[in-house]
Amino acid sequence: MKVAVIQFPGSNCDRDTLHVLRNVLGLDANLIWHNDFKDTSYDAAILPGGFSFGDHLRAGIIAAHSPATDIIRKMAEDGKPVLGICNGFQILIEAGLIPGALLRNSTLKFVCKWIDLRVESCSTAFSCSFERNSQLRMPIAHNEGRFFADDEALDRLVAEGMVVMTYAHENPTGTSRRIAAISNKDGNVVGMMPHPERASDHILGGTNGLKVFESMLEWARC
Amino acid sequence: MLVGELGTTLTREEMDYARRQLGREPNGLEWAMIDAQWSEHCSYKSSRHILAQLPTSGRRVLVGPGYDSGVIDIGDDYVVAMHIESHNHPSAVDPYGGAATGIGGVVRDILCMGTTPIALLDALKFGEITKSDHSKWIMKNVVRGIADYGNCIGVPTVAGEVEFDDCFERNCLVDVACLGVGRKEELLLAQATHAGDGVYLIGGSTGRDGIHGSTFASRTLRADSDQERSAVQIPDPFTKKLVIETSLEAGRAGILRGCKDLGGGGLATGLSEIADKGGMGIDVYLEEVPVREGDMGPVEVMISESQERMLFVVKKGSEGFLDDIVRRYGVQHARIGEVNATNRIRVLHFREPIANLPTPLLANAPIIHRKAQMPAVRKLEHSPERPSDLRSPLLDLLASPTIASKEWVFRQYDHEVGIRTINKPGEADASVLKLPNGKYAAVKVDGNARFCDLDPYLGASSVLAECCRNIVAVGAEPVAFLDHCQFGDPNDEEIFWAFSKAVEGMADFAKAFPLPCIGGKVSFYNQDEESHKAIKSSPVVTVLGLIEEPDDVMKMGFRDYGQALVIVGRTRPELGGSEYYHTLGRNGNAPPALDFELEVRTDRTVHECIRQGLVSASHDVSKGGLGVALAEMAIAGLKGASVDCTITQEDKMRDDELLFSETNSRFVLTTNKPSEVLEVLSKTNVPADVVGTVEGNSLRLGLNTTNLDFSVDTLRAVYVNSIQGILEPWQK
Repeated sequence: MKVAVIQFPGSNCDRDTLHVLRNVLGLDANLIWHNDFKDTSYDAAILPGGFSFGDHLRAGIIAAHSPATDIIRKMAEDGKPVLGICNGFQILIEAGLIPGALLRNSTLKFVCKWIDLRVESCSTAFSCSFERNSQLRMPIAHNEGRFFADDEALDRLVAEGMVVMTYAHENPTGTSRRIAAISNKDGNVVGMMPHPERASDHILGGTNGLKVFESMLEWARC
Repeated sequence: MLVGELGTTLTREEMDYARRQLGREPNGLEWAMIDAQWSEHCSYKSSRHILAQLPTSGRRVLVGPGYDSGVIDIGDDYVVAMHIESHNHPSAVDPYGGAATGIGGVVRDILCMGTTPIALLDALKFGEITKSDHSKWIMKNVVRGIADYGNCIGVPTVAGEVEFDDCFERNCLVDVACLGVGRKEELLLAQATHAGDGVYLIGGSTGRDGIHGSTFASRTLRADSDQERSAVQIPDPFTKKLVIETSLEAGRAGILRGCKDLGGGGLATGLSEIADKGGMGIDVYLEEVPVREGDMGPVEVMISESQERMLFVVKKGSEGFLDDIVRRYGVQHARIGEVNATNRIRVLHFREPIANLPTPLLANAPIIHRKAQMPAVRKLEHSPERPSDLRSPLLDLLASPTIASKEWVFRQYDHEVGIRTINKPGEADASVLKLPNGKYAAVKVDGNARFCDLDPYLGASSVLAECCRNIVAVGAEPVAFLDHCQFGDPNDEEIFWAFSKAVEGMADFAKAFPLPCIGGKVSFYNQDEESHKAIKSSPVVTVLGLIEEPDDVMKMGFRDYGQALVIVGRTRPELGGSEYYHTLGRNGNAPPALDFELEVRTDRTVHECIRQGLVSASHDVSKGGLGVALAEMAIAGLKGASVDCTITQEDKMRDDELLFSETNSRFVLTTNKPSEVLEVLSKTNVPADVVGTVEGNSLRLGLNTTNLDFSVDTLRAVYVNSIQGILEPWQK
């Protein structure tokens, strides 16, 4: 499986994500500068965390309108796995590839901490290796991660199994229905605020994040 | 622009010296360049000969003081670079922009060595936030400035310290240290050594922000200083992130001869320093400098301290490669000069020379030998009344902002990016980071203004000793340090005396260790003309340690029930400068004594216990004494303990002295093998005792006349909620 990790100017978790894919999981992964991302032969794509284009205008919105995102859209339509982590989640939302909006945290502050999560749906490309309702620990680190949608839309997301992960206990950002990760209808596109690449080494605090990437492999096999 | 309009900080003697050396009257632009470069901030003219006492060599030292960063050899062809900067004056008038641009500056210092920045630490000192709304405002905005900038550029902020004292009400201190890693063969120095090499300006445009920043930092703050916001630069972390990528890629491509950060003194300082280090001259083409505003004059262009700019000295013939790199990242660049063998800095404006100064003259300000006078002995304070109850004093200490959990601060910092951070903020005495060669770096920043105010020599040596203890407590061997001296106006003879004594104290302890100093910074004039109050002497140090084995990495929380508690060192009645006295509104007479030899021997032996795998958790005893150290271990591990504190006293003493004395050379360890720990310690005659066990969910402390019992939940609530409750009482 060939995985593209897309680098926008201001991405800062790109190398961390590549390290886990390549050196921990042994995948064929490459860093691709956004302007050079023209190749649709990749089997999966990851939009890493950071501050693409300095979060100017609004987090994720400039990257969402870049030519690289057109390729991402094509991959999503073809059913290939696409994961947006943190700022990548913000890009996917701004690109309309997953529903909802991400608002500023209710505390009005950046928050960085390890947090307990619960897996709500195992029928997505980045959660199919988990057991439903299992609890995980991963770090979050963001300023605009408060998922928002109106009640009707939220009911529909829950009913259609598009809520992938929720915060298990504390809700650190005031996000609707404790939502931490969400997918598109087909389950091949997932956006998540927690950082799985930061939860991939015991000495750094845990390895629950590895299964997010392993799910991508399992999804491709099915 | 004339000299008078610039508000020069040059003295009559310095101006005469410049005229004599040059053999003529410098013109306005030349005066401005000399003024910027000879400012205290850039030239260290008052401090250089005092700092010469610090030991700077060691087996691992590759680059010592005098360059943008110090560099340590960590083996396997890898290096660690580190540097510390402060942005005190800017943060006092614009806390958000001042703090943010402080990070920008120190990150550039790491970049210009060809190393990748991997961690930031900050030491912050504010007025009493319990009383002052102004200090609350300063603190909130300084922290937000650090967070917005550091998070965006993708460098984790991993550790720090925050101290609160009235003396910082008008003069907050904002110190930022940065750590970088790189390959030994890719190491760069900030120097121009080859004629014909191009000098490039990379990154942001030059604007009117930060004009006279160094001069502004080289005098005391005035009532109208908040009108001087134009001396504060404007932060742009997004551009900085791209400058980081460009610098690293250019360094790896091997096209750079040298690289220099543009900070204090702007182009005037940057150009003269790289030329002087290489013994060369530079012709500057002023019209090529990209400016933000079209009508900027030559003086403004040469001394502007606009952020996010780097100077690259590009090897002749490699210009095309540079073009490719900057185009990829969309970073502005301009060839603004060329290196030559003349040993002169010549500024040309459309080929017309408008300044022409010998490089050595510009780069080397004449030394000022200032007078030092020991202050009169202060009136002795009597000991306070013996408190009837020790329960509330301990809880008050845990809530005291200097001691209380800094969670409100570090939650706002991304401390995980880079996936290197093993010891997270609040978990241990120092941060521990993974290094690319399979080893681990431990790093901590420490200060103690109250000790240094009572006795600058003892205080400053204790600050360095405490920082080393913190490094040892996480299982590392200290290998190098940075000093950062922050004082009031050096024209005041008593302040200059305190500065000299503080440096002597650090130097003597460093020699006893021995621990090389690989860089530092001096910040004078931390006082304002309204209150006429200088800050307390505030040297801050950063110590770097190395750990070979992952099992040696220690945290401070109690880990397993049933483990024994060992207290290393003896407790003496030493409350001078303590946090306990501070909560009672007192200072005391003298800080705790420091036996250099015992301190170093204790560090070495505790480190040996950790290396032998005998220790499960460790914590040094410092601010707040034994009471606070034990409470912090209980809070971090969410477990209780029963401890007989009386065993550790040298002679029987009052219970408040036993619990809160800040006697040096002490650690608390937990272990499964108490007798083996005691055996290792006794081999080097380090006093130690088994004093209790990790058990239950309350901390029970046995004292001479009473016993105390606190539930860990109570301790935790007081400790964790204090600063949050002061700054944002409306947030849960």
